[in-house]
Amino acid sequence: MTSRSTSSLLIKGGHLIDPAARIDAPMDVLLKDGHVAEVAAPNKIKGADKTFDARGLIVAPGCIDLHVHLREPGQTHKETIATGTAAAAAGGFTSVCTMPNTIPVVDSVAWIEWLRQPERGAVVNVFTIAAATRASKGATLTDFRALYSAGAIAVTDDGKPILEDGIMREALVLGGELNFPVVQHAEDTRMTENCSMHAGARSFRLGLRGMTAAAEASIVERDVQLAMQIPNARLHVAHVSTAEALKSVRRGKRAKARVTFEVTPHHFTLTDEDMRDYDSNYKMNPPLRAVPDREAILAALADGTVDAIATDHAPHATHEKEMEFERAAFGITGLETALALAITRLHREKRIPLVRIVELFTAGPARCFDFRSRGSLVRGSVADVTVFDPKKKWTFAAAKSLSKSKNTPFDGWQLTGKVVATIVGGKIVYSA
Amino acid sequence: MNPARGSLLGIEHLEAAEILRLLKFARRMNPDRPRPLLKGKRVLLLFYEASTRTRSSFEIAAKSLGAHTVLIQSAGSSIEKGESLLDTGYTVRAVGADIIVIRHPNAGAPYIMAQHVDVPIINAGDGLHEHPSQALLDAYTILRNKKTFKGLQVAIVGDIFHSRVARSACHLLSKFGVKIILCGPPELVPDIATTLAPGVRVTRHIEDALRGTDVVMLLRVQKERLSGLKIDLPEYIARYQMTAVRLKMAKKDAIVMHPGPIIRGLELTSEVADGAQARILEEVRNGVPTRMAILARAMGKMR
Repeated sequence: MTSRSTSSLLIKGGHLIDPAARIDAPMDVLLKDGHVAEVAAPNKIKGADKTFDARGLIVAPGCIDLHVHLREPGQTHKETIATGTAAAAAGGFTSVCTMPNTIPVVDSVAWIEWLRQPERGAVVNVFTIAAATRASKGATLTDFRALYSAGAIAVTDDGKPILEDGIMREALVLGGELNFPVVQHAEDTRMTENCSMHAGARSFRLGLRGMTAAAEASIVERDVQLAMQIPNARLHVAHVSTAEALKSVRRGKRAKARVTFEVTPHHFTLTDEDMRDYDSNYKMNPPLRAVPDREAILAALADGTVDAIATDHAPHATHEKEMEFERAAFGITGLETALALAITRLHREKRIPLVRIVELFTAGPARCFDFRSRGSLVRGSVADVTVFDPKKKWTFAAAKSLSKSKNTPFDGWQLTGKVVATIVGGKIVYSA
Repeated sequence: MNPARGSLLGIEHLEAAEILRLLKFARRMNPDRPRPLLKGKRVLLLFYEASTRTRSSFEIAAKSLGAHTVLIQSAGSSIEKGESLLDTGYTVRAVGADIIVIRHPNAGAPYIMAQHVDVPIINAGDGLHEHPSQALLDAYTILRNKKTFKGLQVAIVGDIFHSRVARSACHLLSKFGVKIILCGPPELVPDIATTLAPGVRVTRHIEDALRGTDVVMLLRVQKERLSGLKIDLPEYIARYQMTAVRLKMAKKDAIVMHPGPIIRGLELTSEVADGAQARILEEVRNGVPTRMAILARAMGKMR
């Protein structure tokens, strides 16, 4: 026993899916002192303080979301770390990575420390992605070394992509030296001025200026080329949404460049044809793309190319969304629907095995940003666990969301797969 | 909330039979013989964007039906102080608006309004999206000159991409089987425009557009909406300007239409604008009875 008086918790009778450990079998899991103490065949482990009955349920490593906007500091009317992490827990996420496009921008050690303070009220683990350039202005790199030592997990100028070739090169060189992933929101903003949705037949019909697939693909292609040239560079491409960008990423991976990427639930679920009556809950960046783009994403999810599913949870207040489509804020919430959308759309409809889905939420994202002792439940890992019922049907009601904001296109959707319990460091932080 | 009955948000979702009913009713409307169909009603004209024709035409139409009109423009109203679209909508509704006519620089603004404000909303032009009353008055003008839509070919020349008039016209004419040819350079007439409605074709050659055409609709190059797009105007004039010589390539009895404002020396010459085939001022005149019909329909008085 350690000096801390933590009790032990036995998760009993469940079906364990731990892709990193290649386990897909009925197993009991004992959590003790914040770590996984033992994983064994059913009924082998005895003598825990508490037992969690997981009969009929899937027990998985805690889900990791590489891309969320918790809006602190500065925009607490949209979300706070407390409300955002409560929503994360309800969605089965035990770790989230928060983006630095806050007010002010998180580009210093002081802000990283501020984000970690207990007063923020986080109920799941919050990892900081710091700004890659000062105030995310794209001109001068931040102090990567200091940010890294302070615990930042990656750097990005999310939402304000690094366009200058020289700056991106510098970021990848320095990131490579520190083994620090550089996350890029790939969009050539010089090509997307005043645009509010994907450029295609639908945007033409609606009279909305469209973002071309090329505006994403050209930046991804440039970044992948750089990652292939620079030794040890680590590039993580955020929310890939087009078939064209996928091709570049695949090329980089084949060339053994250290390129990883994520896709979002809304991009594998919806297309630009789904938006009705200028509903800004369908407005996000990157935008919902064309059918062939979604099909390419689904194929990449199935064949193992995609590294992670991330939500790009982007809460906004009603008054920032309920307005002229072109003026409404970009972004939708996603923490509470991600796992269920993956189970519903990918597993039940597209027949992608559950073990692959779990990988996309656990081992996959853990690899992208080097989450040591997370993303798996092998003995000694951190006791972050997600327990879900893969067959449970339920209806998502945005009004009941734990997020401060309700901007989602999935309100009223019938989904299959429901989180039953979320365990962080051995403690149950959410139970249905 | 569903849009209030009588709203006119666009042509795309309007049925052909309803369009014909409206056009038929418009023929019975005459501003010189006022009819008190909207006696005592209040028509709010909410204009977030400059307008000469549409605004005055709606105003005269409303008054000819016995309604009061109130004009609200962004300059000099609370809109300037940062009031949101919906709050302005709620406010004018509370003031007692029976119908809201809205012109807005953003596509879809009338849709947002119609989802939240429970009076008929009339779209008087929304961004690049639709301009339904213009399409209806153009259809009215075509029918006065050509009697029927059957077998017609219409060429629309100019800046299609930035034109709500073109989008509404394509939707309307397509519903009646009209052959529509869109003509201009790729920056202004993207190939994707053919997906707008059945029977729409794109060409880069003015001769191709004019051959066998009954109606030539010209559009202005909307410099204020180009948003960084560079257009070589001398090149445009050389290839697409409507001149008397070019107009001869169309059918002998072809008519020339233009939603205005026209820019002489750019999309057309004065010779064409003032020529015998031009119907540009007739369109403006026809706007009033057409909009009388639209407003009467909004109040359920189209019988």
